[in-house]
Amino acid sequence: MKKVIMGNHALSYGAMLARSQVIAAYPITPQTQVVELLSEMCADKTLDAKFIKVESEHSAMAACIGASIAGARTFTATSAQGLALMHEMLHWASGGRLPVVMGDINRSMGPGWSIWTDQNDSLSQRDTGWMQYYCASNQEVVDTVIQAFKVSERLAIPSMVVLDAFALSHTYEVVDIPDQAKVDEYLPPFRPQFKLTPDDPHAFGGLTGPEHYFELRYKLQKDMEKAPALIEETGREYEKMFGRYLGLVDDYLCEDADIILVTSGTAGYTARGAVDELRKSGVKAGNLRIKAFRPFPFEHVQRIAGKAKKVAVVDRNISYGHHGMFFQEVKSALYGHDQSPPVFGFIAGLGGRDITPSTFKEIVEITLAKDKIEEEIIWIGVKK
Amino acid sequence: MKKPRTMKLSLPEEELVGSGNLACQGCGATLAMRYVLKALGKRTVLCIPACCWSVIDGPFPYSCLGVPVYHCAFETAASTASGVKAGLEMVGDAETTVVAWGGDGGTFDIGIQALSGAAERNDDILYVCYDNEAYMNTGIQRSSATPYGAWTTTTPVKHFKNRPKKDIDAIMAAHRIPYIATGSVAYPEDVYKKAKKAKDIKGTRFLHIYAPCPTGWKSRPEDSIRLARMVVQNSIFPLYEIENGEKYTLSIKVKDKKPITDYLKLQGRFRHLTEDEIKLMQEEVDRNWERLLRKVGGSN
Repeated sequence: MKKVIMGNHALSYGAMLARSQVIAAYPITPQTQVVELLSEMCADKTLDAKFIKVESEHSAMAACIGASIAGARTFTATSAQGLALMHEMLHWASGGRLPVVMGDINRSMGPGWSIWTDQNDSLSQRDTGWMQYYCASNQEVVDTVIQAFKVSERLAIPSMVVLDAFALSHTYEVVDIPDQAKVDEYLPPFRPQFKLTPDDPHAFGGLTGPEHYFELRYKLQKDMEKAPALIEETGREYEKMFGRYLGLVDDYLCEDADIILVTSGTAGYTARGAVDELRKSGVKAGNLRIKAFRPFPFEHVQRIAGKAKKVAVVDRNISYGHHGMFFQEVKSALYGHDQSPPVFGFIAGLGGRDITPSTFKEIVEITLAKDKIEEEIIWIGVKK
Repeated sequence: MKKPRTMKLSLPEEELVGSGNLACQGCGATLAMRYVLKALGKRTVLCIPACCWSVIDGPFPYSCLGVPVYHCAFETAASTASGVKAGLEMVGDAETTVVAWGGDGGTFDIGIQALSGAAERNDDILYVCYDNEAYMNTGIQRSSATPYGAWTTTTPVKHFKNRPKKDIDAIMAAHRIPYIATGSVAYPEDVYKKAKKAKDIKGTRFLHIYAPCPTGWKSRPEDSIRLARMVVQNSIFPLYEIENGEKYTLSIKVKDKKPITDYLKLQGRFRHLTEDEIKLMQEEVDRNWERLLRKVGGSN
């Protein structure tokens, strides 16, 4: 069934179709419509779930963790300050190996207060042991939530499905809402290997000395290393059933490209418009949109971007004192690789400043004009 | 042949707290767990935040408890328990009692937001706070449950705590939850009875159990029960119940209210106090007692 829905509602539909059993959430702009629709779905029993209307995001994630260890499928959504408040609990969810799925609306961190998009909120959570998917369309949001549950539950690692504030969260698009019976077939009920039950009493998460802790973290990483293949496998399975492939990256005209624009989120689709226009004017440009940031698709980046003459990475985020965070990862992927083209790092669109096709054209012009990397970061559109 | 005489026990014999746990000698928190679990039985799950009990239970992969335990983050005992309850119900277990089990720091201070949230929603959990009146697990730092006058490592003698203990029970009563009770480990039958009563009530229940800590109070382990009895007899920690935030009932009617001096003398944490300071403390205890009696009177 096709529906015109906003990005936030795409998260709600994804959570509903996945048959989330416990939702615990706290409102924050620009996430509110996610939880408003889920509240209605729980109230009118479209979704058979318990919605715990907690008093903070910290408690939201704590309640999701509690529900997950009890064996229930759990979902929440947040943004920016709310995600930062959850930070401690993000470690708790991944360290506890609980497959919570969360929507995060990419919003800039205060101060000054900003409700507009950039990626510093979610990328600050890079090392919490969560998988992160950056979506570029409402269709991708619905589909990815469903896939994220499947991958998370298989690996016992939580997932974050990320979308840009307003540019996607409040943008209405046509979405093919998957058929519930088919989703049930794709995503069977959550049956965890371990859970909190008086029928089989165990203690979880107790004091763990140096003789055990190290191996627990080793196992988390080893399972995270299985994620790229599993995302592709479940993405192909999804394609067979629903006609849409869900992978780690989405590449566009990269095969013969001299210059590849590496992007994420909605800027990925904007870049395609720019690529089309550049091609018309004779520049062989391509676009590599990175969807999975964790696990990072090293192999795909090597294979696809490695072939270009130049690579320009556009980051809507900044790691202060270093670079844009996708830039860091792309360089790391290409380092020591047989084919290692020069990689240029651009910062654009912080705090919700628009990224338009002309932003990308400017980036391509700068990149083409340079023979070697002169400056570590190139800022686009800074007012002097 | 004569039948052997058996002792009549006032509490069930079954122990859900195993031996070989990591409690200090004379630990009141361990007794609190014993008595409460005797009342709740095996169909119980515990959410334990950072506190002495996260150590007493034993390190991974051990546990001294006969019920499942989820070790949760410091400020999340109540919110984790709310999630566990919802999760268990969604997987078809509506029967299990879900308990948040925290110390005074995790309850009065860092966990109060999550506790208040759960209580306001009236989530179906039993919150038990064992109160040893400071951050004992981290090495005796003051909490908002530390009484006036007490020494701790962060309230040294030259600058002892000069504010009264936070009245957590009044705060919980203001949430109009169905059941609140105070208990002391010197009165096991009373703790048992209250835990049993709490088990059968739906909604948020709050038990506040006084649990002496010889390590932190600089008292003798063999005095723990004595102190836990004296604190009730001198009305520093009266035993009572609050139903629906309004109906106050005294559990132990103290006939001959004792002065607080003997209680203070058994604890090194109060050794520095002058007579004037003790007088101030006594006045505060008397005022609190009178206030409680007015609430009890007003309930009838």
